[in-house]
Amino acid sequence: MLAETGQMALALAFMVALFQTVLPLIGAHRGHVGAMAFADRAALLQGALLVYAFGALTAVFLQSDFSVKLAAVHSHTAKPLLYKVSGVWANHEGSMLLWILILAIFGAAVAWRGRDTLPLSLRSRALAVQGAIGAGFLGFLLFTSNPFERLNPVPVDGQGLNPLLQDPGLALHPPLLYIGYVGFSVAFSFAVAALLEGRVDAVWARWLRPWVLVSWSFLTLGITVGSVWAYYELGWGGWWVWDPVENVSFLPWLAGTALLHSILTLQQRHSLAHWTVLLAISTFSLSMIGTFVVRSGVLVSVHAFAVDPERGVVILALLLGFTGAALALYALRANKLVQATDLSLISREGGLVFNNLVLVASTVIVFLGTFYPLFVEGFTGEKISVGAPYFDRVFAPMMMALLLVMAIAPLLKWRNDKLAHYRRIFLWSVLFVGLMVALSWIIGKSVLGALAAGVAAWLIAGTIAAIIKRTNGSWAKLRAQPACFWGFALAHLGVGVFTLGVTAMSVGAQDNIARIQPGDSLSVSGYTFTLGPLEEGARENFQYLQGDVAVTKDGRDVTQVTTEQRFYPVRNMVTTEAGFAPSFGTTLFAAIGDGNPPTEDGVIMRVYAQPGVVWIWIGAFMMALAGFVSLADQRLRLPKPEKANPAKVHSASPASVVQPAE
Amino acid sequence: MIRLLLSLFFALAFCLGSATYSVAQTAETAPNASSADVEQTARAVGKQLRCVVCQNQSIEESDAELAADMRRIVRERLREGATEDEVIAMMRDRYGDYVLLNPPVQANTAVLWGTPLLLVLGVGWFIWTLARRRERTAELSSLTEDEQAALAKMKRDLT
Amino acid sequence: MRRWFPIVLFLILVGLFAFGLTRDPKLLPSELLDRPFPDFELATLDDESDLISEDALQGNVSLVNVFGSWCVACVVEHPVLMQITDDTSFQLVGINWRDTRPAAKRWLERYDDPYDLIVFDGESRLAIELGVTGAPETFVTDKSGRIRYKHVGPISESDWSQTLQPLVALLQEEPDLQPMTDEAG
Repeated sequence: MLAETGQMALALAFMVALFQTVLPLIGAHRGHVGAMAFADRAALLQGALLVYAFGALTAVFLQSDFSVKLAAVHSHTAKPLLYKVSGVWANHEGSMLLWILILAIFGAAVAWRGRDTLPLSLRSRALAVQGAIGAGFLGFLLFTSNPFERLNPVPVDGQGLNPLLQDPGLALHPPLLYIGYVGFSVAFSFAVAALLEGRVDAVWARWLRPWVLVSWSFLTLGITVGSVWAYYELGWGGWWVWDPVENVSFLPWLAGTALLHSILTLQQRHSLAHWTVLLAISTFSLSMIGTFVVRSGVLVSVHAFAVDPERGVVILALLLGFTGAALALYALRANKLVQATDLSLISREGGLVFNNLVLVASTVIVFLGTFYPLFVEGFTGEKISVGAPYFDRVFAPMMMALLLVMAIAPLLKWRNDKLAHYRRIFLWSVLFVGLMVALSWIIGKSVLGALAAGVAAWLIAGTIAAIIKRTNGSWAKLRAQPACFWGFALAHLGVGVFTLGVTAMSVGAQDNIARIQPGDSLSVSGYTFTLGPLEEGARENFQYLQGDVAVTKDGRDVTQVTTEQRFYPVRNMVTTEAGFAPSFGTTLFAAIGDGNPPTEDGVIMRVYAQPGVVWIWIGAFMMALAGFVSLADQRLRLPKPEKANPAKVHSASPASVVQPAE
Repeated sequence: MIRLLLSLFFALAFCLGSATYSVAQTAETAPNASSADVEQTARAVGKQLRCVVCQNQSIEESDAELAADMRRIVRERLREGATEDEVIAMMRDRYGDYVLLNPPVQANTAVLWGTPLLLVLGVGWFIWTLARRRERTAELSSLTEDEQAALAKMKRDLT
Repeated sequence: MRRWFPIVLFLILVGLFAFGLTRDPKLLPSELLDRPFPDFELATLDDESDLISEDALQGNVSLVNVFGSWCVACVVEHPVLMQITDDTSFQLVGINWRDTRPAAKRWLERYDDPYDLIVFDGESRLAIELGVTGAPETFVTDKSGRIRYKHVGPISESDWSQTLQPLVALLQEEPDLQPMTDEAG
């Protein structure tokens, strides 16, 4: 019963989405207020219907109702409660439903929050676009991958969930990532609506900014959680391996980061209007490509769980429709957009333009590297691989250049400035950086590592200098800073911390692997890992082979970790649980390998010593947190248009880290 | 000044980035190389070879049996005195370009390697024109002492 | 004109994607086509002291089949191998890959042994030389021991009758060239 009502809710939501697309567009075109206002109600209704449908599917999983095919294939009565819930989105149909649910919630949120701050015509047009995206993907869900499909006869028990996916990381990673991906649909809808209106200006940028901030923060969080998850669940010692599925989540992040900064420029300087519109369209298009790649198996990847070309074709058609229409509209309407063009190199605006150029270039490079094997094969039939060595070599220099400018730009005035004004700050920074380079060289014995650490230190020094300059070292002024300022500082410091972590990891990480007997040891970076006796047993829904690994250094005990090889009979699958000893210094871990059953020669054991890896995630979490911090500011200060006061608008501008020159 | 600064940090960024991530210190492997040297080189080699039965893992990262065998063969060859490049070439000979995680520069990777270069040149050109434009406007707006003197002299000569 | 640049670029990209969708990302071409079978020296499955080398492929057309007792798809292919082994015009050589001798022998007892000769390759030595990525894989070599064809995955009856059998017949027509020394791999 529940399944049927869920399906009805989806069908109804599909109809509502169609009306939400058509009526407000006509209304906005003819100036009919009633038709435009319909967009709000439709968006709210669509949100409610999808919440119901998603709730119904969750209930089906919780009740282990195996008459519904999806639950039968992806769930099991013996599964822990948390994984019954996360099982809802650990499969193609459920994750698409989650995707659409988030899309509808964003639509409803625009209707709700924008009801007295956004002009009616812009709002209704944006919601119409949002409705069109919803209708496209709802149609895709209903006609090609219905989550509520029944099964007859009803199986006695479900087939379980891929054990690799039974992890708290999974409960978190996809929803966070999807909120990020789908949140950019708002930027897309606003861009299309603005093109229809023929107006892209600072006011538009201010409306858009909180939505981009929300999406960006969630995407950052989602990618970070995914990285942590892959790190400890897969247990290869890699926090980022440039896998295609990782890359396609990184692409909207790069474009989104560029968008976040170009909006800032548009808001402050009324420049980059064309650029911002194109970025808004591209960012969401890259999100759709992300969905498409994971669904279609176009690229071979460790993470793709719903490999099915036909679904890929439908998503490609949707991408073609939405992005194609948006870009065609841009081509037709771009001549109506006006923007300032008096750009000067040494200014905050110049820095932000540089930021955008580098981020977009990086996006192109990651895109190219990810899809290049596909293109080569398409044209020549030759098979090649583009792996981590390529990305490291090409991407890292880009980021280094970006970091160098990132330290300086926030210090500068918005318009014409001179570097000579900042001699004292540079002097102090250079001293600090020199110290840092010397120190890292002594510790790491690596010239390049030391220089990379120097660049990170340069960024941190520059950011601190911006804080000091803004406040003149006065505690009262420091406390009076708006949240957006703290957002900026935290995000940029986060990038510095992140870079330090990556550098330490690149220079210092070591690993070792061998087949050993219980009682034998394996060393790495001066740490000795001794494998204790192996124990067998069974727990919840798997059997395990477990070993304690004692770690010593110079004869002294450091820590002890437990590693497991697990066998899930329901899926006939073996996985490895690495034993971790995370640390702010050197993180140690050991894993007995999967795929290799123990033989008379013992088990395959891998041991790792990775300095600084934790700081990579701390830095990334700082960036995500920074987004939310800025948001607090934005929400408080978004004025209603009729009350808007130019002076206030200016002081609320988060980017005014340094008082504008004008 | 600005241009010097810019070119300086581009140069810095480039040599930095190109090796920031590479852990490997390439060791020359003599026929009687110590096992620690072999191990270090083997790791560097292994990280550049794709585990052909896995998806996007290098043979150093993979638990697959074939990857373990490939690791062993890499070490054997190194111990026999093969260089890093020779071992990689040998694997490429068997499994094709597919086994190389670092795509070689050749006809079918021209776009792959060329695009980043073009992008960097493009960004560099943009910055250069911007800097030049600004200098020129600066020249137009304010004349140097010499120029003012020359201007005064011209005026005097005219009268 | 510049306004149309984004959409043109986008349409090109979509075209490339659409093309990619029609491809199976798992197929790998062989690097070894038309090259001599790689050098090896490995024991047979039955006798650890009985070393054989690539010379065993000289003078006769051979089907070299990579298999293992752990390999599920090999069981699928097995009846076809049993059927074609009656044909004595070529030799069927097995490479027992990543296996243990007892397990392989049990497997052959259970399903029957189609092979004229079985090379035991427990550590992937020959398999890596051949660029093998999975089992079963089958190589066809001509009388001079040169690899002429590679088949990935189980051989079905139609694979045999439509592709492999005609090829074997063709190769038997070829004159028996003597071992080549001019090839440097």
